[in-house]
Amino acid sequence: MKKGNFLGAALIAASLTAGPALAEDVKVGAIYPLSGNAAVAGQSELDAIKLAVEMVNGNYPDLTSLPSVGKGGLTNMGGAKIQLITADHQGKPEEANAQTLRMITQEHVAAMIGSYHSNVSFTATAVSERQGIPFVVGDSVAANIMTRGFKWVVRVTPIASDFAKNYMEYLTDMKKAGRKVETIAVVNENTDYGTSIGGTVVEQAKKYGFNVVAQIPYNANTTDVSAQVLQLKEKNPDCVVFITYTADAILYMKTLKNLGYQPPMIIADDAGFADPAFIPAVGDISQGLMNRSAWAVGKPGSVSYRVNELFKAKYNRDLDDTSARGLQAMLVLADAINRAGSTAPDKIMAALKATDLNQDQIIMGYRGVKFDERGENSLAATYLVQLQGKEYVAVWPENKALAPLQWPMKGWK
Amino acid sequence: MILVQVAVGGLLLGAVYALFASGLTLIWGMMNFINFAHGEFVMLGMYVALVITWIHGGPEAFVPVATAALFLLGVGVYFGLIKHVTRGPMLAQILSTFGLALLLRYSAFAYFKPDFRTLPESWLSGTLNVGGIYLQNSKLVAGFVALLLTIGMHVLLTRTALGSRLLAVSEDRNAAMLMGIRPDRMQALAWGLSAASAGIAGALLAIGFPFSPEVGATFALTAFVVVAFGGFGSVPGAALAGLIIGLVDQISAYKLGPIYKDVVVYGLFVAILWVRPQGLFGKV
Repeated sequence: MKKGNFLGAALIAASLTAGPALAEDVKVGAIYPLSGNAAVAGQSELDAIKLAVEMVNGNYPDLTSLPSVGKGGLTNMGGAKIQLITADHQGKPEEANAQTLRMITQEHVAAMIGSYHSNVSFTATAVSERQGIPFVVGDSVAANIMTRGFKWVVRVTPIASDFAKNYMEYLTDMKKAGRKVETIAVVNENTDYGTSIGGTVVEQAKKYGFNVVAQIPYNANTTDVSAQVLQLKEKNPDCVVFITYTADAILYMKTLKNLGYQPPMIIADDAGFADPAFIPAVGDISQGLMNRSAWAVGKPGSVSYRVNELFKAKYNRDLDDTSARGLQAMLVLADAINRAGSTAPDKIMAALKATDLNQDQIIMGYRGVKFDERGENSLAATYLVQLQGKEYVAVWPENKALAPLQWPMKGWK
Repeated sequence: MILVQVAVGGLLLGAVYALFASGLTLIWGMMNFINFAHGEFVMLGMYVALVITWIHGGPEAFVPVATAALFLLGVGVYFGLIKHVTRGPMLAQILSTFGLALLLRYSAFAYFKPDFRTLPESWLSGTLNVGGIYLQNSKLVAGFVALLLTIGMHVLLTRTALGSRLLAVSEDRNAAMLMGIRPDRMQALAWGLSAASAGIAGALLAIGFPFSPEVGATFALTAFVVVAFGGFGSVPGAALAGLIIGLVDQISAYKLGPIYKDVVVYGLFVAILWVRPQGLFGKV
């Protein structure tokens, strides 16, 4: 009897502190590579997603400019909390298949988020589609994930065509500012990655009215890039776009110097140029090089800066491009669940489809989040960063710039 | 003007290939033993150079150290592995150096991590500008060393008693023993010299080339082609073949585009072997 009284009192106390007693947790399934070849990246992204959930569930008065964030739970659902159910797909599509099915049928998750590897997202989204559960792709960029006419999948991250468009918008801005930008050359390594992005860049360049004077595909596993650099020297373009891996990126920068040629501007497509080895090796002779990153910490006091501080306090490192994209995707999903005001998958999906966030309501360099009929984020975009000193600094678009843009680039001169 | 630069660049690249292949031709061409780990020897030469730069040594220090270190490694590999497997079947011999290559590569992965490395700037990192033609110092030195090695090895093998003993052992081990030659010493010396030249090549290449533990494979294929092209057992043949391949490689990359250069290089290789299966300077 005594025990019963105590339990009853505890229940009453709990319901009082936890707000409206009817608030039921919303289960969201997160599937990432927590072991295997991408374990580090996967774990880091899951950490970021956990922070996003905490930002939604907790009280963060200084982050309320982000929709559904910092108000102690989902306000439209009586302060319900999001409960994250996690699974490890080990980088294997078949594992993702089993885990996604388990989370949907056994754990009864209301929505899914994932999953780093493109081929894994390809499989996991198919399971979600069959089961009629919303799936938010935060990071995987392969085109084929979204070209199957699926009704239950949306993708928040920018993809190749977005990057290519951003490069051309940047160059158009430069042209308007009176810089000479008429001719472009594209140098790309010749596997899937380089060929697809290189082709997209050439296509967009033509669309934006630039003259593509050369497209030079080459084998990344090479001992020498002098011939490519001399071809560039002969064509003398106003801007060169490099799509390369690591050793070749370093080799290009060295060879430019060795052959006494410096293009007025270089745009580098992430990969090799974002490798931790790049800046220590050739940073000094690549000053002013442009690169892309959808994530930038931002000015002290800005929302992105504060989110990064939270992440740093918890996990002792900065957010990066991949983990920040995951975090943003989780916020988009949480907002949709809140607007749906329900755990019913069809209501959440309808709310996701109706998502309309502007630049001030997100932490990434996207112009906003709004899904087209295929489920792609039609406002996806990336910042351009410039190598100034020993690090990349956000310089474009202008309203997000942390430092003035340098044109022409100094390079090795 | 640009075409001259392309040609000069091709010859310099060819000199690097020749340097890389000179050690291989000694083992493959003369000892009749394929060393699949030759690329890994070069890779180790690069990492020896890297370690020396950690203690602030320049090229004047790391080139000799890499040479000496690899010489010892070559001798060690002979006594520890090759000497034993030559008693076994042919297949065991072939697979032994393949295994050695994997062992060395993944040991480097374990110790140095898969990151790409570059050597800090030094007096050999710059370029020489001769009337508008740019010459990379490190490649010039590589070319010069390749020339010295080629001449040195050629003289050693054809004009000295030591060279005759080396060749005698490779021709008929038992007959050489009857003549009072100690085959183990000669073979170990050949492996030491071969590895030492890989060490020099690695140290010089590391100056201008970013490397990771996998770099050996990038160069090894070309090295095998250079040796076969030049003719088995001919050191000058390997040097000439290196220069031709470097030149053809660069001119076709410039004129036709870099993805087609391998078609031209290997097409030429097949054509030459069709006409002269023994290679340029090889004896039938």
